[in-house]
Amino acid sequence: MRHIISILMENESGALSRVAGLFSARGYNIESLTVAPTQDPSLSRMTLVTRGSEEIIEQITKQLNKLIDVVKLIDLAESFHIERELMLLKIKTSHDMRDEIRSMADIFRGKIIDVTPNTYIVEMTGTSEKLDAFIAAIDPDSIIEAVRSGPTGISRGEKGLHL
Amino acid sequence: MELSGAQILVQSLIDEGVECIFGYPGGAVLHLYDALFQQDELKHILVRHEQGATHAADGYARATGKPGVVLVTSGPGATNAVTGIATAYMDSIPMVIISGQVSLPVIGSDAFQEVDMIGITRPCVKHNFLVKDVTKLAETIKKAFYVATTGRPGPVVIDVPKDITAPQITVPYKYPEKVSIRSYNPIVTGHKGQIKKAVDLLLSAKKPIIYSGGGVVLGEASKELIEFTHTLGYPITNTLMGLGAYPATDKQFVGMLGMHGTYEANMAMHESDVIIAIGARFDDRVTGKLDLFCPHAKIIHIDVDPASISKTVKVDIPIVGDVKPVLEQMLELIKDSKLKPDSNALALWWNQIRQWQAVNCLEFDRTSPLIKPQYVIEQLHEVTKGDTYVTSDVGQHQMWVAQYYPFDKPRRWINSGGLGTMGFGLPAAIGVKLAFPESDVACVTGDASIQMCIQELSTALQYNTPIKIINLNNRYMGMVRQWQEFSYQSRYSHSYMDTIPEFVKLAEAYGHVGMRVTKPEEVRPALEAAFAMKDRTVFLDVMTDQTENVYPMIEAGKGHHEMKLRVATGTSTDRELA
Repeated sequence: MRHIISILMENESGALSRVAGLFSARGYNIESLTVAPTQDPSLSRMTLVTRGSEEIIEQITKQLNKLIDVVKLIDLAESFHIERELMLLKIKTSHDMRDEIRSMADIFRGKIIDVTPNTYIVEMTGTSEKLDAFIAAIDPDSIIEAVRSGPTGISRGEKGLHL
Repeated sequence: MELSGAQILVQSLIDEGVECIFGYPGGAVLHLYDALFQQDELKHILVRHEQGATHAADGYARATGKPGVVLVTSGPGATNAVTGIATAYMDSIPMVIISGQVSLPVIGSDAFQEVDMIGITRPCVKHNFLVKDVTKLAETIKKAFYVATTGRPGPVVIDVPKDITAPQITVPYKYPEKVSIRSYNPIVTGHKGQIKKAVDLLLSAKKPIIYSGGGVVLGEASKELIEFTHTLGYPITNTLMGLGAYPATDKQFVGMLGMHGTYEANMAMHESDVIIAIGARFDDRVTGKLDLFCPHAKIIHIDVDPASISKTVKVDIPIVGDVKPVLEQMLELIKDSKLKPDSNALALWWNQIRQWQAVNCLEFDRTSPLIKPQYVIEQLHEVTKGDTYVTSDVGQHQMWVAQYYPFDKPRRWINSGGLGTMGFGLPAAIGVKLAFPESDVACVTGDASIQMCIQELSTALQYNTPIKIINLNNRYMGMVRQWQEFSYQSRYSHSYMDTIPEFVKLAEAYGHVGMRVTKPEEVRPALEAAFAMKDRTVFLDVMTDQTENVYPMIEAGKGHHEMKLRVATGTSTDRELA
């Protein structure tokens, strides 16, 4: 099953490699990983998407918790949460396709953030499935570049992951 | 007080209570060694290879319970230390390893003797630190000791760039009395509800067994374990790492369990209905094939490391906490409980266990004209009156000590269990002897293992650490040969060395006493003579039966109830294998 593990960790050099190293050393897989400092600059927030049986996910969370740099973590998949991914898509646009791409981006609530005579860059956020759907709706030959952040997420309600 | 980084490092170790460190100098740590030279509080033991430093510090830590401290230079000094760091990591031994590093401005430029020590050691340390600011040095050292010695202990590396230790730069020094790390809070006491459940299950058991491991030694919980076991009257087995935490000569002890454990311990595990694992981690050498592991048992597991729980074997009642307070909590509940152990069921269970014990799985040929290694260990036990420190290397000889030297006290049995590091025994013995100069220290080894760190014989002379080396010389890598005999139709691929040094001469060349023992009747007098030489390191080169195997054995893919026993005693041959 797919799990989204959200980790609050010390914003120290090497902390990221401790997490990545743990996954490779123990044979767990990482589907995606996003990381950035939080409003408290001494802390980083990492969102990690992985797959595995309940036993493996339990081991992953225990092993992550064991890392000295890890302050706290939650498995977002265990509760109501909101999940978003950011995508930047550079599309080749021949003159007669421009309207179609624009309306497609509108339908998916994307924004065109860069225009050249022959290209658009579309910015889009949403669940990974929505981004997949947009890509599937575009002619694959017209996609020059797709950049995706990997999902990040936050739990709903009053509870939160903080110190 | 203003001190340089080098002075701060030395003074911090002194203020931490460190008495001796094991190390080897080199370019990146010259400032540190200069600071060491100018003081006489902190003793430094110069080894002959950095691996020896780590094993010696490890042996010191295992015997004393205090953290072992290592100082090595950057690059090759650091990489040579890695095997010893990984050895300590696998057995949860508290150590602090200080490695020199090239100066901060040149890190990453492939400078002379530069290696990414933080990256290399990341998977085999509890934590590591790169010091980037001399004003944080003392605090970092305090943190390293705190992390290494609390919770589940382990090695911690501090990588110190050379410019941090430069004598020109001085900063105010104060060693912190306490340190806290917001992301590190080891759990000590157990969850009360879980403990209550565990006690109820334990007291309702018909065929219980206590399975305890190295965590009891590390957690200084031997006294509590003995009281717990005596109160319940249940059989107890120890892992390789747990030997000595419960007295092996006590009648409730059924021997070690696992691959080369006793028949009775493994059968009792297999047939049990309730197991309580105390500071043990269900290692694959203990469990055998997981699908066949203890099919009828409910399992209680006490461990300070939550990640050890249900890692390989799913447990029914996990208790996270230090074994000592948890056992105290349990004992209190057991004494107050209306439930009492089922004495009828227990009598039947003990009766069954006695029948398994009657198989006498550790019997060996006592009439052989060749020296049986088991006999040597039995004699060692008698000569040392069962109360000496014994270190070992890895292989057959290690298992024979575990089987034939009943340890009655914790911290007497010093061996590399998890990583299985050949070369461990000799430097570890030096570490133990430095910690306990008045006690006898024996290093039981083999002709292959001893050669992996034999250069430390020189260290033993320099620091006058008179240890007794008992080399069970079968002219083979015995355990490799045994597996090749069992699983590869005796194709002895590279498990034999054509040239083995004359160990007697080698010992003499290093300034020690060498003795060669070739007949069974010479074993006892030689051991007595060796231990009588209180102030000399003695190398006993004992020529043992080449064909001897470690029995009983659970072969790969088998369960506890499928042990391979010695077919019959008296089958020993006189043939030389090679």
